[in-house]
Amino acid sequence: MDTADTYNYKVVRQFAVMTIVWGIVGMAVGVYIAAELVWPQLNFDIPWLTFSRLRPLHTNAVIFAFGGSALFATSYYVVQRTCQTRLFSDGLAAFTFWGWQLIIVLAAVTLPLGITSSKEYAELEWPIDLLIAVVWVAYAIVFFGTIVKRKVSHIYVANWFYGAFILTIAVLHIFNNLEVPVSLTKSYSIYPGAIDAMVQWWYGHNAVGFFLTAGFLGMMYYFIPKQANRPVYSYRLSVVHFWALISTYIWAGPHHLHYTALPDWAQSLGMVFSLILLAPSWGGMINGMMTLSGAWHKLRDDPILKFLIVSLSFYGMSTFEGPMMSIKTVNSLSHFTDWTIGHVHSGALGWVGLVSIGSIYFLIPKLFGKERMYSVKAMETHFWIATVGIVLYIASMWISGVMQGLMWRAVNDDGTLTYSFVESLKAMYPYYFVRFLGGTLFLTGMFIMAWNAWKTISGATPAAATATQSA
Amino acid sequence: MSMDLNDIRAWYTLVLFVTFIGIWAWAWSGKRKARFDEAARLPLEEPETPRTDKNKGDHHE
Ligand code: HEM
Ligand code: HEM
Repeated sequence: MDTADTYNYKVVRQFAVMTIVWGIVGMAVGVYIAAELVWPQLNFDIPWLTFSRLRPLHTNAVIFAFGGSALFATSYYVVQRTCQTRLFSDGLAAFTFWGWQLIIVLAAVTLPLGITSSKEYAELEWPIDLLIAVVWVAYAIVFFGTIVKRKVSHIYVANWFYGAFILTIAVLHIFNNLEVPVSLTKSYSIYPGAIDAMVQWWYGHNAVGFFLTAGFLGMMYYFIPKQANRPVYSYRLSVVHFWALISTYIWAGPHHLHYTALPDWAQSLGMVFSLILLAPSWGGMINGMMTLSGAWHKLRDDPILKFLIVSLSFYGMSTFEGPMMSIKTVNSLSHFTDWTIGHVHSGALGWVGLVSIGSIYFLIPKLFGKERMYSVKAMETHFWIATVGIVLYIASMWISGVMQGLMWRAVNDDGTLTYSFVESLKAMYPYYFVRFLGGTLFLTGMFIMAWNAWKTISGATPAAATATQSA
Repeated sequence: MSMDLNDIRAWYTLVLFVTFIGIWAWAWSGKRKARFDEAARLPLEEPETPRTDKNKGDHHE
């Protein structure tokens, strides 16, 4: 029963299971749209199966349904345990679970129908935006309420990252979605022209910085020490990491708007801050990795640690690549090409995907009263399949991206374009196929995970937060 | 006008910079070390059930 002397694991279990479910759904849509780019006839001339409508479904499903569920699950688990107190409100926590699921279902219905506000990563129309705001405020109350009633004086660093993520997303969501409704399913942004673009990418970039990064760094700071059974390499570095990261990210958004109507000084500011961002990003990565220093052998036979540590190396890769792509001359080549898509997925599959998968593997047995996952071997297989999948995905996108960039800018002596667009498209064909293969591998790994989790959960009585064996 | 705005920007940058150095110095000061070491062990020494005592005192073994 719900009493003050147990933790609320119910909501954690719900979100943990849904992480796997939505991961499969979102990535299956990703594989489908990847296939559409190879075999366009796969849309069967049905409007709601077209690339244009399924693409936002993919991004919303993987970021907000898969990533979001992983963040809810882990933040609720971590905040309770490191504050040594039960969640602030069981009712509100349950509301965030059901509210979030409803939002995902609404997204899955409206996006294929073509109902969209057309702002990337903020496509959902105003009634859903309102619901998101309400659920998010409830989330903030549960999270910060738990911190307020904590039983230890120190607030562990993972909670700082989760807290920054929750607060910032609330602000970003509300300001980017200020819109004038004209009907139940259509609204227009209140911002005009270039200002709208600026606000959109202030949102877009910080969605990357706080949704796809800060929250997952919270995971990193809890689950790596936990799984390695050693304290984080340097706690004071984590403090500096936190403040440096959050104060730099906010200014980097204009790198999405190079060579646009945005004032030049704003573009340059975005570029400079993006370059600075390398330092805190790598500081955090090193801090996580060095937690294993002196215990590297643990990597050899612990697939969970493999997921967590390799996720950090992809984090390091994408946060090195990002600042490079922010340099205006580099961006003039990379923008609009598959290079961006490769960068996105080295962050999304490599960092967000692997760190979430590792953390959920850690959680499932704990939440359902088991010693370990049903099959350690299956986790190991999942790890390798996923890693090969990522490498295929990003390597193919790098090649095709740079090729696109070079082909599009090639001009003849008389100033005409050397290649028509269709010629560049034809050149992409093999790479799109390799990307499809890589994505299929990654998705296969998720199915293995689902099977393994199902085997672990079935036949086990949930550890209803009673005093079980210690980790 | 624009001169004033740029002055504010310059000062703001400076304030941020100094604050950042301040945070760094604070984090690295010797006095913090013991507390941070203890904080870093929080995830490793957490109990399996919530603590029921009312006070927020630190947990010393
Ligand atoms: C230091 C860190 C990073 C910097 C400076 C950075 C920089 C950039 C740049 C310059 C672009 C291309 C913009 C364009 O040409 O349109 C970009 C795109 C993108 N990045 Fe990063 N990146 C960083 C880290 C990450 C990470 C860790 C992730 C994911 C977890 C990520 C996700 C994305 C996404 C989703 C886009 C595509 C946005 C769109 O829809 O156009 N980035 N980033
Ligand atoms: C099986 C795995 C996946 C496959 C096959 C896949 C495939 C794709 C494809 C084909 C696109 C459209 C690219 C284009 O417009 O040219 C895309 C876009 C995108 N995907 Fe994925 N994806 C996968 C997993 C993920 C995950 C796990 C995330 C995030 C956590 C993610 C985030 C994104 C984002 C943010 C974009 C938009 C990029 C941009 O606008 O620049 N994807 N994905």
